[in-house]
Amino acid sequence: MNCQEARRLIDSYADGELDAAGILELEKHLHGCPACALAFRNVQNLKKSLKQDSLFFTAPAELRQKLKAELRPQTESNRPFWTWNWFTAATTGVAVICLALLLSLTLTRPSPQQQLAQEIVSSHIRSLMANHEMDVASSDQHTVKPWFDGKLDFSPPVKDLASQGFPLIGGRLDYIDQRAVAALVFHRYKHVINLFIWPTDEKDSKSAARAPINGYHLIHWSQGGMTFWAVSDLNEKELMEFVRDFGPD
Amino acid sequence: MRVDKRERLKSFEQTVLPHLDAAYNLARWLAGNDHDAQDVAQEACLRALKFFGSFRGDNGRAWLLTIVRNTFYTWLRKNRSPENVIELGEEGLAVEDVTVNAEILNSQLADTESIRRAIEELPVEFREIVILREMEGFSYKEIADLADVPIGTVMSRLTRARRQLQKRLAGEFKPGAKP
Repeated sequence: MNCQEARRLIDSYADGELDAAGILELEKHLHGCPACALAFRNVQNLKKSLKQDSLFFTAPAELRQKLKAELRPQTESNRPFWTWNWFTAATTGVAVICLALLLSLTLTRPSPQQQLAQEIVSSHIRSLMANHEMDVASSDQHTVKPWFDGKLDFSPPVKDLASQGFPLIGGRLDYIDQRAVAALVFHRYKHVINLFIWPTDEKDSKSAARAPINGYHLIHWSQGGMTFWAVSDLNEKELMEFVRDFGPD
Repeated sequence: MRVDKRERLKSFEQTVLPHLDAAYNLARWLAGNDHDAQDVAQEACLRALKFFGSFRGDNGRAWLLTIVRNTFYTWLRKNRSPENVIELGEEGLAVEDVTVNAEILNSQLADTESIRRAIEELPVEFREIVILREMEGFSYKEIADLADVPIGTVMSRLTRARRQLQKRLAGEFKPGAKP
């Protein structure tokens, strides 16, 4: 591989989008070519500085209010339809529900794991919608960890990963799989990561990505009698990075 | 009927509205100011609601951002003179062997304002790819779907955008010269 070719690949390499063969060849080249190695470091530095929070524009409250006002009348305006057409609607509704029940019982009964994953994603979305990401807001693990004491019958591991680009924002109590669980909240620029933790009888298992639900990525693992679920709208690769950084003790 | 509509609105609010920040951020970077960005983001959300029935995918954020992007380009054609739309040349991989002064570059990277300016000065087709990749973390494939261009184009635009950013930050960018 010559320098010209290498320069074309360093971006895909830095983005984790290069195929295995390309990685091997490029790494060999970078090893022996200081100029290309520098160009690669320049790309990495640029990428890092593009990810700062302060570059991200948050939607102004004004826009949210305008939208709310626009969305509300859309449901209100259709009142007359209801009385006019209620019988059709009701019978169709009943028919649809019967069919859906039948289908769900026979065809698409989700496994308990799938149900759990769905429950976790719902909980994640709820925390975002209600602007209720956390009960204790602190980037200090020594504040967050004791906060859980007395509220839970276990002590979840708490770490701040600010230096790895995933600052700890706080913690929250949540209710999943019919029990109280710990939720740790991390940020990656403006993306929120919820990490749910509770005790389990499961054997230790390596972290594995689950099929995304509604565009949210999920990674699950068990370790030392605790089960962990990380969920975020972050892409899978970066969420996996987070999991590795949080990683086994 | 009203119940259907309610359900639809509720589902819309759960699937799409959590991504309002992402929608505004993209609109803001594309339009360049708050006022226009709010218009574009609002219009996009209303369009999204209108077409919500046809939403089949599982990624509400990518879907909403696709609509933001389309809304922006429609708005751009209506509201700005065509001179401001920069036509990109052929999409060939004309990545030149650029090396920039790493010291100047790294000192500029610490300055948020310089970075902000450098991104704002990028042609809009480059700017959107940078936002989608670095701030939203989409994969090349997702960006290709979202911007309706081949993956090769995503790669070449991203590479050229980054070289241009580096040159601008290092003070070596000459407008008119090929990026």
